[in-house]
Amino acid sequence: MIIPMITSAEALPVVWFVLIAVLWTGYLVLDGFDFGVGMLLRPVGRDDQGRRIVLHAIGPVWDGNEVWLIVAGGATFAAFPEWYASLFSGAYLALLVILVALIVRVCALEYRGKHDDPGWIRRWDWAITISSLVPPLVWGVALADFVHGLPMDSAHNVIGGLPVLFSPYSVLGGVALVLLCLTHGAAFLALRTSDEVRERARRIGLAIGLPAAAALGGFVFWTALHGGHARVVALVIAAVATLGVLGGWVATRTHHDGWAFVGTAIGVAGFVACVFSSIFPAVLPSTLDPAGTLTISNAAATPHTLTIMTVVAAIMTPIILLYQGWTYWVFRRRLSTRQLAASAHEPGPARS
Amino acid sequence: MDSVVLARWQFAITTVYHFFFVPVTIGLSGLVAAFQTRWLISTRGGHREGDVRWLRLTRYFGKLFLINFAIGVATGIVQEFQFGMNWSSYSRFVGDIFGAPLAIEGLAAFFLESTFLGLWIFGWNRLPRPVHLATIWLAAIGSVLSAIFILAANSWMQHPVGAVVNAARGRAELVDFTAVLTNPVALVTVPHQLFACYMVAGAFVAAVAGWQVAKLRRADPEVSLLRRGDVPVAEAVRPWRSAIRVGAAVLVIAGLGVAVSGDVQGKVMTDVQPMKMAAAEALWHAEAPASFSIFTIGTLDGQHEVFSIKIPYLLSFLATGHFDANVQGIDDLQAAYVQTYGPGTYSPNIPLAYWTFRLMIGTGMVSVAGGLAAWWMSRRIRHPERLRHATRGLARLLAPEVSRGRWWTWAMVALPLLPLVANSFGWIFTETGRQPWLVFGMLRTADGVSPNVSALDVAISMSVFTLLYGILAVVETRLMLRYISAGLPSADPPEIVPDAPLTFAY
Repeated sequence: MIIPMITSAEALPVVWFVLIAVLWTGYLVLDGFDFGVGMLLRPVGRDDQGRRIVLHAIGPVWDGNEVWLIVAGGATFAAFPEWYASLFSGAYLALLVILVALIVRVCALEYRGKHDDPGWIRRWDWAITISSLVPPLVWGVALADFVHGLPMDSAHNVIGGLPVLFSPYSVLGGVALVLLCLTHGAAFLALRTSDEVRERARRIGLAIGLPAAAALGGFVFWTALHGGHARVVALVIAAVATLGVLGGWVATRTHHDGWAFVGTAIGVAGFVACVFSSIFPAVLPSTLDPAGTLTISNAAATPHTLTIMTVVAAIMTPIILLYQGWTYWVFRRRLSTRQLAASAHEPGPARS
Repeated sequence: MDSVVLARWQFAITTVYHFFFVPVTIGLSGLVAAFQTRWLISTRGGHREGDVRWLRLTRYFGKLFLINFAIGVATGIVQEFQFGMNWSSYSRFVGDIFGAPLAIEGLAAFFLESTFLGLWIFGWNRLPRPVHLATIWLAAIGSVLSAIFILAANSWMQHPVGAVVNAARGRAELVDFTAVLTNPVALVTVPHQLFACYMVAGAFVAAVAGWQVAKLRRADPEVSLLRRGDVPVAEAVRPWRSAIRVGAAVLVIAGLGVAVSGDVQGKVMTDVQPMKMAAAEALWHAEAPASFSIFTIGTLDGQHEVFSIKIPYLLSFLATGHFDANVQGIDDLQAAYVQTYGPGTYSPNIPLAYWTFRLMIGTGMVSVAGGLAAWWMSRRIRHPERLRHATRGLARLLAPEVSRGRWWTWAMVALPLLPLVANSFGWIFTETGRQPWLVFGMLRTADGVSPNVSALDVAISMSVFTLLYGILAVVETRLMLRYISAGLPSADPPEIVPDAPLTFAY
């Protein structure tokens, strides 16, 4: 048996394919619970005190979590320019919807508590809820489209606009990711808060856990069936992801908040890993002209660029993981009403 | 309108809007960090409280900074996405070079900025004081790093170094990353831009404080910014006077930095993009020595000049450093470019280049004058008995006693807006001045657009962004004014208490 020599020119695109999968995983595992928390703001928070606790739970971290998306986008641009160009122009209006949601969400999270007016707060609460629902829905559809492919001509341009993004399979991807983020967010809140807020988060987590596991299971096994070279890997990941969410549900029942969160995190990570392992070595299959299919070789940047990027990523990634992890350590205490200031709204001397 | 024109308009609208917030983020994060550092230094030697004036300024401007930062982040995501969305042919062509600084910007800068800012906001009563101070400095450093990498990317579009075109693949390919990072355009644009950011932040701090002092003066006409001899100013005025002094000094020093770096930048530009320099003067034919016009009435097409004030030799000096050097004209360069690149028009929109160049310099210079005035109005008078003699003529206009009138309020509104629009004019100049090129000499703007995105799609997204940004501008301005008028927050120094309220945040 001849072991093929793997040159760096062949290995580097694989490294970057894996790295981009890791960045998407980081983004959806971390910002995924932010989305869930945002969607659950009203039912779990219930009154103003409760909602402030809910928002405090993600307050120090959500902005850093969102950077994973920006880096995933930048890394795709740098490592696979063709993939970036085809995907972003091909999913034009869907990305517009995501951008609007992300813009509104940043402003809603930051501005909600800065004015003591019930109407102001109510409007931003709804803005947080909706702008937290839209991104996982559309990203779920988009990730499913990675697997299913898009109608691309031989120059890799997606033809057909918005309708081509939607199929029963991609809609299931969107729904599954929303349910998953809800469960993940509920697990995060149960882990980070106390008293009534924690209790409500647990109850909602228990109610959504099983539908989420079902939707995820349906999606990942359907995905694994698409699988090319790595179908076995995709099937294993699909099983682990589904079991993760089910295990999380059991842990929630038995009051193991930490394990419940680990379980839902495995579910989200499995969602992404299953998608990426199914498409490898393609990055975006064409449903129109087979010559339009983008793979890790015809979409990749030059080995020179990939080498530089690899060095930078190898240095920066451990440092980033270290300080982001430290943030979670600093704010590890469970939140309760004791940590809320008398009024978060009025600017001025009252704030200490 | 076709999709190229619409895509350009969308890029212009979203980028100019985004860049209203970027200079404030970069400059103000540094100034807030400086205030906090000043406070922490004052707590040395067993004074747990320290000089709370600086702590209060830290928290006050910190709040204003965060309101600004949120919208800067929100509008920044659009910037990264729209290269792929609207300019996919460009992305395919430049990805091998342009993508790397963008990705590194995310890895090295945005993570640092966002993560440590979260720690700073929520960490007041959680982190030891020096560690908490380090978080705002790291966030400020992150914002500077992001400027460096994105300017390296932009500079490559102005002057594509370290790359070769692979015709078979239809793309530019990286051969020398060091050359990309040490691009002469980047080396001079980075300081020019960073100084310009600090001009905005300095002007903002001075103007907000100046407005607060006017408010105090309306209540009590005896309030003065002048420090008379060894008598300290009134307790209520003291923090604001400090802020005015810091803000004005930063504005003036950064203004000098902008002027010096801008001068070098002009010479680099003449070297690598002579057409942009010719367009900046609307110079149609080569001149030696070339004069610089302060303004021109009439048309700028070289045909119907009605009136113009010209400073002889100045353009030669700005462009080359020599007073009698030859400066190439638009027509000469056009002829040369046709020889090199084939038939076509190689000049940008001349009136736009001419006027944005002057408005950039003019608004910047007026703001520096404002900074000097603010510095002088808050000066210390060693011999107060001579003050009466000092307030004559121009001095009377700048006397602290006048800071009650309506014109003063408008001056304080204008002070930070002047360097801010100078930033906008500078970017509009340098980006439109590069036209018709997207990547100078390599890729035309018309060839960079996404072929599969229709004009209707772009019209939809442009309308959505314009509407959303308009609403956000109203919300953000109101919130900003609300927090500006609220005045200084309390002075309780932070102590680590596990269950202390996470008060700075939501």
